[in-house]
Amino acid sequence: MFGQVIADNFDLFAQGFLTTVLLSVTAMTLAVVIGSVMATFRVWGGPALSGIAGFYVEFFRNTPLLIQLFFFAVVLAPANLGITADPLIVALIGLSIYTGAFATEAIRSGLLAIPPGQAEAARSLGLGQLDTIRLVVLPQAVRSVIPPLGNVASALVRNSAVASAIGTRELLYMGILVNTRTFAPEALLGILFGYWLLTLPLSVGINRLERRLAFAR
Amino acid sequence: MKRLVVLALAAVFAVGACSGGDGASASPELSAPPTGEASPAMSPETSPETSPEASMAAGPTVAAIQEAGRLVCGVKFDVIAFGFRNPTSGDVEGFDADLCREIASALGVEPEFVEAISANRIPFLQEDRVDVVISTMTRNEERLEQIDFSKIYYLAGQRILVKSDSDYQEVADLVAADVTVCSGQGSTSEVNLRDAGVPEDNLLLTQTYSEAAQALLDGRCDAVSTDDSILFGLAAQNDGLEVRGETFTEEPLGIGVKKGKEDLVEFINGVLDDMAASGRWAELYDTHIKPYTGEDAPEPPLDM
Repeated sequence: MFGQVIADNFDLFAQGFLTTVLLSVTAMTLAVVIGSVMATFRVWGGPALSGIAGFYVEFFRNTPLLIQLFFFAVVLAPANLGITADPLIVALIGLSIYTGAFATEAIRSGLLAIPPGQAEAARSLGLGQLDTIRLVVLPQAVRSVIPPLGNVASALVRNSAVASAIGTRELLYMGILVNTRTFAPEALLGILFGYWLLTLPLSVGINRLERRLAFAR
Repeated sequence: MKRLVVLALAAVFAVGACSGGDGASASPELSAPPTGEASPAMSPETSPETSPEASMAAGPTVAAIQEAGRLVCGVKFDVIAFGFRNPTSGDVEGFDADLCREIASALGVEPEFVEAISANRIPFLQEDRVDVVISTMTRNEERLEQIDFSKIYYLAGQRILVKSDSDYQEVADLVAADVTVCSGQGSTSEVNLRDAGVPEDNLLLTQTYSEAAQALLDGRCDAVSTDDSILFGLAAQNDGLEVRGETFTEEPLGIGVKKGKEDLVEFINGVLDDMAASGRWAELYDTHIKPYTGEDAPEPPLDM
């Protein structure tokens, strides 16, 4: 029966799917944190901070994710820095840093979209730099930042598949495992469907959120 | 604009039709000449002392390969002693590679090498991207449902590769110590490890064995386990690694051919029989395997 292979190996698929969810949610959260910090550096930081953030973005955005993961896997391994041998942790770190670069740009464009008059008005009312950013600019930036961050999140879900190459037991790894053990092509369909199950609701959810936050300019 | 699109589509179809006739995937214009007729590509040196000449006669697949002038072999590029691409010369060396050369020369064509990793070698066969797969592939029931195998050209066995300063001697030690074991994605080795008692979560599967060796070296796993033929090569390439333990499986290696190409399988078996009889098999063993096992060539395992 078509799809029998997926039913028989459901526990393997489920493990993979849940690991992908875990990777995506955690890495996205960390990426947004990193992105907010780096974007703030780039918009309001002095030449030093801005330079660091700029280098971070241009390096991690423009080099292949696969190589970054291989690199982290070896460098963090027990024989080297000795931080972790677990491919899941390596994938988390690698994906967060990689996605953080894209999140930085998304947040930065959102910050720059706020009319400078807002910050000026806040300063003239006596608010400090940090408070201005925190209470006036960032909350307004959230609206314009949601759509590009939604794209970044969707890309992250799909990019998490690359972690299979370092042995992370996520959806692609588990699906291929089933495929090579059973030679059944349905396993590959199962993988595609699994990712779609994540990216489609994400895309629908972002659209709804966008509409709710929209306001007339 | 519309004319441009039509022209572009025509060009794409033309290229597609032209490239459809490579190797074993014969398009109608390039299909086999009737058997028994000497085609110009068939070399007169196809050895006269070949015993069952009938099995070496041109069936459709064999004729198509001779027409194309090349035998495309899927081999490993990173397994010392079997399929290894020399980084300086770019040539593929090893037992598997030389088998490809022997078969190609018997066919009177040039050998061509394509890298086949464990996970894609059977799909490559089924998609006709290669004519044969000679890549340390174990013949087993599951694979026999998907493809055909030649006679057995080498009998390997699964063992473990560990750091010289570690205490593990046998696979049972790895199970008892609950440590991570590396192997290859899509290989029989990882199935054998699970059967030997290694839990699913303790397996770290990589796409190539060189990546597995790297993981062993930097501590991400405590052992690599697969056919000893592959392990010897990894040990040779990296200081501080040793092959240990009794072989806990018997791995008969065969040459893989897509189903439906019986004439090609017959032909290959004929070449293997010749090599066993003439001592050529033993020669290849001494050249490629003996340096790592230190043992003399055993009897060719052809009919196992």
